[in-house]
Amino acid sequence: MNEVTMSEIGELIIGLFVLFGALLSAISAFGLIRLPDVYLRSHAATKSSTLGVLIILLSAFLYFMFYVDHVSAKLLLGIIFVFITAPVAGHLNGRAAYRSGVPLWEKSTLDDLGPALKKAQKNSKRQDMN
Amino acid sequence: MLNNILIASLVILSLALFGCLYRLIKGPSMNDRIMALDTIGIILLSMIAVLSMLFRTEAYFDIILLIGILTFIGSTALARYIERGDVIERSNDE
Repeated sequence: MNEVTMSEIGELIIGLFVLFGALLSAISAFGLIRLPDVYLRSHAATKSSTLGVLIILLSAFLYFMFYVDHVSAKLLLGIIFVFITAPVAGHLNGRAAYRSGVPLWEKSTLDDLGPALKKAQKNSKRQDMN
Repeated sequence: MLNNILIASLVILSLALFGCLYRLIKGPSMNDRIMALDTIGIILLSMIAVLSMLFRTEAYFDIILLIGILTFIGSTALARYIERGDVIERSNDE
């Protein structure tokens, strides 16, 4: 009566995976609240939330494969799509923030993109002159 | 057992949603709001995955794909609009 079957252990492992992914999403929201800058916040918004959603989708895929006997290609497609597009969206957003002049945090010490961008603009202007 | 864990993780995910909502309302620049919207989409996607595990149906997987695509397209279009003032570039030659 009291013995633990194999499927209960599997359910427990899948549940722990889901809980871990939810905690990663909560950590990303915490960083989104607490960090001081757009560029610092984009770390929290991009990396950890992507990992959290990947873990949750993967555990849903495993759950439906082992317990409902349904291997869903849609879920795999969703995993691949999120894995490809979430960093791209973060990169585009950070680039738009820098080019539209959102200020850096006042305690940040290094800004490599500013001089490089100025040099690129000067080069393009020289090409226009020629 | 699994149902309790899934409900607890739904509660945690909705708390994370509220954190993103704070950044969406307060955010000093427009890019903060775009980032918060992107994160809200991703968290909604994982909430729908947890719900489909809770109800044991495969009917919600279409919504997962749809929300992923819509979140990416929305945040990309908004970022391009802020960077250049234009979503789709038109050619400028005569």
